[in-house]
Amino acid sequence: MTENERTTPIRVLIAKPGLDGHDRGAKVLARGLRDEGFEVIYTGLRQTPEMIADAAEQEDVDVIGMSILSGAHMTLLPRVAELCRERGMDDVLIAAGGIIPDADVTKLKAIGIGEVFGPGTSIGQIARYFREHARRSA
Amino acid sequence: MTDLVPLLAGAVAGERRALARLLTAIEGGADGVRELIPSLFAASRGAHLVGITGPPGSGKSTLVNALATVWRRRGRRVGILAVDPSSPFTGGAIMGDRIRMMEHAGDLDVFVRSMASRGELGGLAGTTWIAAAVLDAAGYDPVVVETVGAGQSEVEIARLAETTVVVEVPEMGDEVQAIKAGLLEVADVIVVNKGDRPGAELAARQLRAMLSSVGGRITRQPPAILTTTALDGAGVDALADAIDAHRAAARAPDQAMQRARNQLRRAAAEIGVRAATAHPEWEELVEAVAERRVDPVTAAERLVGLRS
Ligand SMILES: Nc1nc2c(ncn2[C@@H]2O[C@H](COP(=O)(O)OP(=O)(O)OP(=O)(O)O)[C@@H](O)[C@H]2O)c(=O)[nH]1
Ligand SMILES: [Mg+2]
Repeated sequence: MTENERTTPIRVLIAKPGLDGHDRGAKVLARGLRDEGFEVIYTGLRQTPEMIADAAEQEDVDVIGMSILSGAHMTLLPRVAELCRERGMDDVLIAAGGIIPDADVTKLKAIGIGEVFGPGTSIGQIARYFREHARRSA
Repeated sequence: MTDLVPLLAGAVAGERRALARLLTAIEGGADGVRELIPSLFAASRGAHLVGITGPPGSGKSTLVNALATVWRRRGRRVGILAVDPSSPFTGGAIMGDRIRMMEHAGDLDVFVRSMASRGELGGLAGTTWIAAAVLDAAGYDPVVVETVGAGQSEVEIARLAETTVVVEVPEMGDEVQAIKAGLLEVADVIVVNKGDRPGAELAARQLRAMLSSVGGRITRQPPAILTTTALDGAGVDALADAIDAHRAAARAPDQAMQRARNQLRRAAAEIGVRAATAHPEWEELVEAVAERRVDPVTAAERLVGLRS
């Protein structure tokens, strides 16, 4: 199937790993993506990498989007990528949003994080990226 | 095209990824789903199919979470399908039921899958029940389907479940009369949830009085009426008991016949519509009906082959 032939909505898991903060940003993103035609599975706050991988597996999502504020991104994000690989979910696009230093972004991309969106990225940009990079067929 | 036969074999053997991918294929109406249905139903292990419905925010997901805790304690593996509406404008959806069920994250014997209704006219019930059959074949029992209790398709899903639980809240007040007809039609168990709020017992009593005073001929067993507090689990053991107890009643021959009738009616309607719209003369007959050269009933009969 090519991109244009895809007839079902792209499924996106939105999660907030780590122990910090609120999930206002994640909720805004979830609503925005819904309005862009995505099916968004919202799993809320305080997710461990294991919980995120479990949910992604059961929901068979095309994309995992993680909003992360804490400094723990260099442990949490690689762990999610690793768990996905272990479970044969290599084709799932993994993306993160948050304030992450450029040097870390480079490292994260090298280990399987597709993209890191900084503050101020529009939902339209994120939606476009997901449409272009999410796996094609079921 | 994904070959679905190995996915079914994998799901039956307990592979969660295979199960998840098969559900995606079914949801998306992939090629091959139709051919899979006979082996899918043959692989059924007889799971109890439980529908949970009720107004938005009444606590359905929280209650499913609490029920899963009780069922896990009783050694059952629980399959959950949580259905949320798709936006009619964008086709997108937000599915948040899972948040309430995080207590079971990491428990491999609880499988939660969110499904968007995808707005297919009447297609929801069909797809959902094929998905439920997959969870059954994968060894989950009970299989629980949560739907928002609004609209015809949800009522239909309830009709296809073996045991339907309708979740209400103490504040239903004047709605009681309005709910009555719908309740009687589908509910096997009625739950007044949020029992920690004032008026829950009163609401349960009113419901009992109302249902016992209904005139006319009732062929169904009157529903059990229970009070729960899903947040702390109060009353949930009793609810699990009531659901489990209803399984036997649901499988009595007359009830099984009724459900089979509903399933067949739905399948026949879907097949009829599909056959009609795929008929080479469909467009021609649409035009003919628009121009009043033929009436819609005669045209439909021709399309499904009842008239030449
Ligand atoms: N006080 C109280 N609140 C409850 C109880 N059960 C659920 N809630 C709360 O009610 C709200 C809605 O709960 P959900 O479980 O999401 O309700 P739902 O019926 O699944 O909602 P939808 O799927 O959106 O229709 C949440 O804030 C819950 O915490 C309860 O027994 N008592
Ligand atoms: Mg819910």
